[in-house]
Amino acid sequence: MSNAIQTAGSVAPSHEGPRAWLRRFVSGDEVAHIVTLLFASTILAITGLLVLQLWTNSRLSRVQSGWHFFFMQTWDPVFEHFGALPFLYGTVVTTVVALVISVPLGLGAAIYLAELAPRKISDVLAFLVDLLAAVPSVIYGLLGIFLVIPLMREVIEPFLKRTMGFLPIFQGPAYGIGLLTGGLVLAIMIVPFIVSISREVLLVVPREQREAAMSLGATRWEATWHVVVPYARGGIFGSIFLAMARALGETMAVTMVIGNDPRIAASLFSPGYTIAAVIANEFSEATYPLYINALVELGLVLFLLTFVLNGLARLLILATEQRGVAHS
Amino acid sequence: MRFTGTWRTILAVLLVVGGAKAQSAVLINAAGSTFGYPIYSKWFSEYHKLHPNVQINYASIGSGGGIAQLTSHTVDWGASDGPMTDQQLSAAGFTILHFPTVLGGVMPFYNIPGVNAELKFTPKALAGIYLGRVTRWNDPEIASANPGVNLPATDIVVIHRSDGSGTTYIWTDFLSKVSPEWKSRVGTSTSVRWPVGLGGKGSEGVTGLVKQTPGAIGYVELIYALSNRIPYGDVQNPAGVFVKATIESVSAAAAGAARNMPADFRVSITNAPGKSSYPISSFTWFLIPAKISDAAKRQATKEFLTWMLMQGQAYAAGLAYAPLPHPVVLQEEKDIARIQ
Amino acid sequence: MSVRLVWRKAVNAVMLGLTGVCALITVGVLGVILGYLAWHGGRDINWNFFTKLPAPVGEAGGGMANAIVGSAKLLVVASLFGIPIGLLSGVYLAEFGGRWYSFFVRYATDLLNGVPSIVIGIFAYAVVVVPRHQFSTLAGGFALGIMMIPIAVRSAEEFLRAVPSSLREAAMALGASRWRTVATVVIPAALQGIIGGIMLDLARVAGETAPLLFTAFNNLYWSPGWNQPTASLPVLIYTYAISPYDDWHRQAWAAGLVLLALVLAANIITRLMLSRRGAARGA
Repeated sequence: MSNAIQTAGSVAPSHEGPRAWLRRFVSGDEVAHIVTLLFASTILAITGLLVLQLWTNSRLSRVQSGWHFFFMQTWDPVFEHFGALPFLYGTVVTTVVALVISVPLGLGAAIYLAELAPRKISDVLAFLVDLLAAVPSVIYGLLGIFLVIPLMREVIEPFLKRTMGFLPIFQGPAYGIGLLTGGLVLAIMIVPFIVSISREVLLVVPREQREAAMSLGATRWEATWHVVVPYARGGIFGSIFLAMARALGETMAVTMVIGNDPRIAASLFSPGYTIAAVIANEFSEATYPLYINALVELGLVLFLLTFVLNGLARLLILATEQRGVAHS
Repeated sequence: MRFTGTWRTILAVLLVVGGAKAQSAVLINAAGSTFGYPIYSKWFSEYHKLHPNVQINYASIGSGGGIAQLTSHTVDWGASDGPMTDQQLSAAGFTILHFPTVLGGVMPFYNIPGVNAELKFTPKALAGIYLGRVTRWNDPEIASANPGVNLPATDIVVIHRSDGSGTTYIWTDFLSKVSPEWKSRVGTSTSVRWPVGLGGKGSEGVTGLVKQTPGAIGYVELIYALSNRIPYGDVQNPAGVFVKATIESVSAAAAGAARNMPADFRVSITNAPGKSSYPISSFTWFLIPAKISDAAKRQATKEFLTWMLMQGQAYAAGLAYAPLPHPVVLQEEKDIARIQ
Repeated sequence: MSVRLVWRKAVNAVMLGLTGVCALITVGVLGVILGYLAWHGGRDINWNFFTKLPAPVGEAGGGMANAIVGSAKLLVVASLFGIPIGLLSGVYLAEFGGRWYSFFVRYATDLLNGVPSIVIGIFAYAVVVVPRHQFSTLAGGFALGIMMIPIAVRSAEEFLRAVPSSLREAAMALGASRWRTVATVVIPAALQGIIGGIMLDLARVAGETAPLLFTAFNNLYWSPGWNQPTASLPVLIYTYAISPYDDWHRQAWAAGLVLLALVLAANIITRLMLSRRGAARGA
């Protein structure tokens, strides 16, 4: 906490005296600062408490398997072997698939809604898209079984096999169940987050930005893609972060369509398993302490994975921004 | 922000709703088995009609959850599809009684294009399929039990439950009893390391996958198969008879096992003796503390259990559960007196 | 007219067309889901649905009034807990934040958003239910409230940042202190967007089952007060959807439809109140 106040204090010029601080305090600025700081700190506190809970409740498993937990491929509750690797793999792959599908789709829809559609229609559509976020994930799962799996097995997977079957990721028997289907269902679930926030952010980009670009002879698309979108970059990335995190933690819908098989295979057609799914599947029936601890440790691993992926994504953004600066 | 009229109305409604007084004298919370939820909610609702002062509330959070909540004193009763282990009982720190409530069976079902016959499965065939040893539908292990059925030479796609469940417990318990290899390699549990196959979440997940995948085989509870009219196969019992799972044949398995029923009812009845016994059957249990300090709750618990064993059993068949056989009911009635 | 210009015009048309296709797909998915829900559940919605308690399987005339009220109560608790934290943290990040502390807060927010909902449920169970030996509306609302924080923070921060700096500078030039500027100029300017974000947020948590199982528990009857187990729509949908009965399956679809309708209603009411306020302000 002391660290926090110190950091916060460093916003003010360091040479000012206590008197200036008091003046700002009386005017309310410093009060507002401290109040909002306290609320922001509760987020750190909750996250910290959560990690602490995960840490203490996974002690048995951590002591028993140590670092092997990350590299073991076996998950066997009967003979008490617990390894996280296949779940890590499945989580990363489905999330990447989901982002590859949902980012272009969501961004495209957001651009259409913000730049092309009349405002009234855009509002109604955006609101409908928000509703998608309210569909309980068990319903997404049921729809996945009854609609998406047959579609994947009969149409999409044979098509991918025919056209891109030379790639190892599109080989093997097509059951319609597997990593690709899991990623697709996830993509549908996270699109609303990307569309909703990106659209709002695009809408608040000042009109002059577009008009200036177009008066210089840019086409509408060029004005949008080279001026408006970069202007709204921060918010768009923010929405993608939200979507990615959501994809990492989603359970019910994914587990209905992914095949739930803790094995590592190169093909996207093969069944897989995600961390969140195995926790949701096995937690309520886990019977002995080591088993429960191993599941909690998986929760901890997911947390670490989110941590790392978020860090990588941020670095990527930083790098593109640096390049953008060098460019101009 | 000023409270406008709308806000005031919303607030008032919430306060009224929030402040409504509980009218019942006895409130019992129970949690656990998802399998038992339908009949338990039926029983509690019927019992509440007869005794308006007793409200028994139930949440289906899973058998493991039921055991955990009972031992951490957050609920009054637990409910589980598998009996508690010795280790769990000693860890609880207080005496817990098992009361079988109804029975369930688990049966294999399949989707083989061109085959409409009701297949017969030997225990060896089922174990072989789920171990990944029997991989084609025309394997002699299956074909020899089904003369006259034209089985194709297609691959078998094995489907199992992915969520921890009592259904998987019963299924693997049966396979462990009939196959030494299964017992040593896979074992009995609510979740196991499956040698082959795809996992579906929940009964509808398994049913959905089997229905959609040509050549698939899966397993599902009797209650699910009956209410969704899913055709399924017969299984050979230890007497050598191929038995179709029905409410009667599952109850018969319990009767077959009743002769050497342990005093605490913690018993597996898979592969039970008796010509008409369906071999993949099991009890499901209420878990009730032997000592209930609140006199009103204790009284209500005992009265409810008595009602459940008499009138309550009559509701079972209507919901596609198998009722308890008479000898088990008699033995349980004696046990109610142990609740102090 | 150069080849390059033709090319650029073609790219323009194709890309704009593609964004339209994207929008069509996204909205189409919603159409499919709503259609499917309405097809499977629409017939089962009647007045009983909103006034009666759930009936056991096989009995006609049951409803889910207690689950509807339970869900509403849970969302009230969640909002009271999650929105202030989310909003004020967003204000902090956008207006006051120091570089490093803000970085940590943002990072923590994203991490929180990635925690599977069942883990949030276990957490709320450990810190609220276990110490009090009691499942309750409060515990469930707490779990949902935690889940609301990340989106509330993100949307508040993004929309506050998007307010043009000219507006801020104008207010400051008139002698307003910083917090006055934020409270009276910046936040009202960003309010539309923030409310949109919060509605999305509410929609998201309204459909969550996993955090409620071990916190709000379930209730077959009415839940008195805030300190008792309560029924909720997602838990009801979940238990009905995984049950073996066709009767309950249809009720699960219907409940899904009701849940969407409720979110829709909450959304419309908020937007109407907001626009009325905006109109009053303008007059």
